[in-house]
Order: sequence, then C-alpha cells, then structure tokens
Amino acid sequence: MLARRIIPCLDVKDGKVVKGVKFRNHEIIGDIVPLAKRYAEAGADELVFYDITASSDARVVDKSWVERIAEVIDIPFCVAGGIKTIEDAGRILAMGADKISINSPALANPELITELHDVYGQQCIVIGIDSHFNEATGKYEVYQFTGDETRTQQTSWETADWVKEVQKRGAGEIVLNCMNQDGVREGYDIKQLKAIRELCQVPLIASGGAGRVHHFADVFKEADVDGALAASVFHKAIIDIGELKTYLHNETIPMRTV
Amino acid sequence: MAQNIVIIDTGCANISSVKFALQRLGVQVTVSDDPATILASDKAFLPGVGSAQNAMASIANKGLIKTIQSLTQPTLGVCLGMQLMTAVSQETGLHSTDDIPCLNLIPGAVERMQVGDLRLPHMGWNTVNPNRNPLFAGINHGTHFYFVHSYAVPVYEHTLATCEYGMAFSAAIHKDNFYGVQFHPERSGDAGAHLLENFVRL
Repeated sequence: MLARRIIPCLDVKDGKVVKGVKFRNHEIIGDIVPLAKRYAEAGADELVFYDITASSDARVVDKSWVERIAEVIDIPFCVAGGIKTIEDAGRILAMGADKISINSPALANPELITELHDVYGQQCIVIGIDSHFNEATGKYEVYQFTGDETRTQQTSWETADWVKEVQKRGAGEIVLNCMNQDGVREGYDIKQLKAIRELCQVPLIASGGAGRVHHFADVFKEADVDGALAASVFHKAIIDIGELKTYLHNETIPMRTV
Repeated sequence: MAQNIVIIDTGCANISSVKFALQRLGVQVTVSDDPATILASDKAFLPGVGSAQNAMASIANKGLIKTIQSLTQPTLGVCLGMQLMTAVSQETGLHSTDDIPCLNLIPGAVERMQVGDLRLPHMGWNTVNPNRNPLFAGINHGTHFYFVHSYAVPVYEHTLATCEYGMAFSAAIHKDNFYGVQFHPERSGDAGAHLLENFVRL
C-alpha cells in the first residue's frame, strides 16, 4: 500500500537552514548537509529545501549545495526558490534533485508550468502555493514573494482557482502552505485542505501548523492529504520523526517503516 | 574485483542520482554516451525520467538504439529507463496520440495507469512483492520503494516484482540480461541500496 509521507522542510537562506514564525524573523538552525542527512536517517520520506531568499531578490543564488545533498541523501528531495526558467530547473535537476517546486515565478508566468511539464515531465513539477485566509472577505487568497516580508503581496488569485489552473497546466504535485497557521504549531488548516483536496487530482501536501503528533493523524484522516510537511517541530526536536511514524502506523495510517 | 560499470547517458535528468547512489556503495562508475564505452562495460544502467517520447528521441539522436539493443551484459533500466526497455509506450507528449516505439529488449507495453479515484502520478513509497530472483535477494515481501510515475507495465510473464496502486502492475521486469525497475532504487533508502548491490553482484 502507498504510504503517506512525512516531509521535513528546510528553509534555506544564504546556504544555512533557517526558520521564521509566520514567515518572519528568520533564525539560523544549522548547516544544510548534516541536517538533511540526519532527517533521512531518522526516517523522513522526502525532504524539501526552500531557498527563501531567491525569488524575492530577483536572482538565482548559489545552488551548489544541491549537488552536495544529492551525494549523501538516499531519499527523494525537492528544491524550491527562484526557479524562473527551463534552464534554472534543468540545472537543479541535473545536480540530482528529484523535483523542483515553483511558487512566485508560476504566478508571474503560468505558462512556465506547461513548459516545465513538457521538458522534464509532470513527475518533477511541484507547485507551492502560499494561501492566506482573509477574515475580512472570508476568502482564501494566494500570496507571492513570501520569502521577504517587505515584498510579500497578495495576488488576484483565490486559492481554489489557482489550484485548478496549475493542474490544467501540468503540475505533478501541490504543496499548500496555509500562511495563517505557519510556524504557530496549532494544527494544520484541515478545513481548507479538505476543500482543496476535493479539487486536487494530483498528490497534495499539507504545510503549515504542525505542533503535535495528533495534528499529523488529523490531517491524514480528515483531509486525506498524501503528505504532511513540517519544519519547526523537527528542527527544534519537539517531535521525533521515528516516534511520529510509529504513532501514525498505530493510528492505521500507512507509513513506511525504516 | 573492480567492475567496469557504465551509466548510459540518455540525456535525461536523474543521471547524477544514480551515479551518487553507486558511489555510496563504493562502486566506480562512468557516465557515457559513447557506443564503444557502453559495449565494453561489465554492467550498464539505463536511467530515465520525463516522457518516453523525449527520451526515445534523445537516445535516437545520440545514435544509441542499436548499441543498447546489442548489449549482452546485465543491464538495469530505472523508472522511465525500465519502460523504454519494452516494445511500446502510450506516453506521448501533450500534443500527440501515437504510441511511442521503444527499445524492445523485453516484450510488453507501457500503459496509462487506471486507478479510479486515486491520484496520479503514483508518487511516494509503496510496498513491493518480488518473485524469488537474484536481483531481489534478501529483500522481503512488503518492502517499501520510492515510485514516481503515471504509466506502468501490467503484470505479465516477464514480471519480476509486483506493486499495487488502484491496480496491480509490474514493479520490476526481466528477460535474459535485461532488468528493469519501475521504482527509483537510488532514492529508496537502504532497500534501494540493497537492490543496487544485488545488481552489481549479478
């Protein structure tokens, strides 16, 4: 049976792993390669590296760390951040990344999704979506440039419409980051994820809000997501990946045992 | 005994991952699209990601179709590389509907998966049930391997291992010196390393 995935996310800034609360106040957590290796050995099913500086600085930063990760890691990993062209994507994939995730550049140029699909195949095209619940309008809205708070801005897309659009254009997987929940560890946004699951025929990964082991059980059982992504609970050793997977296995959620 | 192991440079993107996985096992590898180098190898890998159409076009452009078809040493196709070993694939680009002729090293056809309400691509770690054979020596029924694909080879006489996702399909196929795995051993943790080691020892 296909296992549900536990995916630690490492936000990368200037070659270091960092983590902020609600996308702000980034603090350095550690070096990329040893952290990646530790998570792989602990039983992570996949890793995501978000180079959070790249898109908002209008540059492609030094990505040589991708190859260093590919050399030591024997589980799949995805690289996000500042991939704006077919050539950018090709370089990252050639260095050994299994998937590339695009967010702001896809919003600026949706045609990029189709081009990436046609050249590299649907299986390696992940679309990251930063979705914010607007209490004034009661709507979920898509934001871009969230790596830099001074440039973060709302787009014209409602989240559900953007989810449909990216699938039409060839996305292979969607990571839905629920911004209201990010970094506060009060649980995934089950309501939103459930609604998006209905519209999503490709794998859907929940992001934002994990704080306790039961949050993972809730999101798998109630929102039927394919994977759950988390950062701070793993970086700060609040949750041990091995213990989490044993707990979820006992909760009858299919897990890869290591 | 040092072996001469060659990864066939198909022009596809996961070549580094396969190379690094073999290097982690202490195996020296060469990546090459030179027919003489490929033919002289003790073992060969046929990697591949993307669409069958692009990959076959790339192999044809490099003039490697005949070279690969004439290999007699153990050769392992990975993911799309496995699918290219069959006779034909339904996986065209978005703009075409003609089936893509493949390398025809192992009979069989690659078809779009029919999985009902489940999601495609089939992406993640799934359990594999191998037949008794040297490639899977020491690998138990129910071992997880990492898959990413939307097309698959049905279960048939050349199936070496099966997997289920909405339907049963071939997780591995075999004929003569040609072996293919639908999953990514280079991304399948200890189980994947075990399988690669088995292949190197064949």
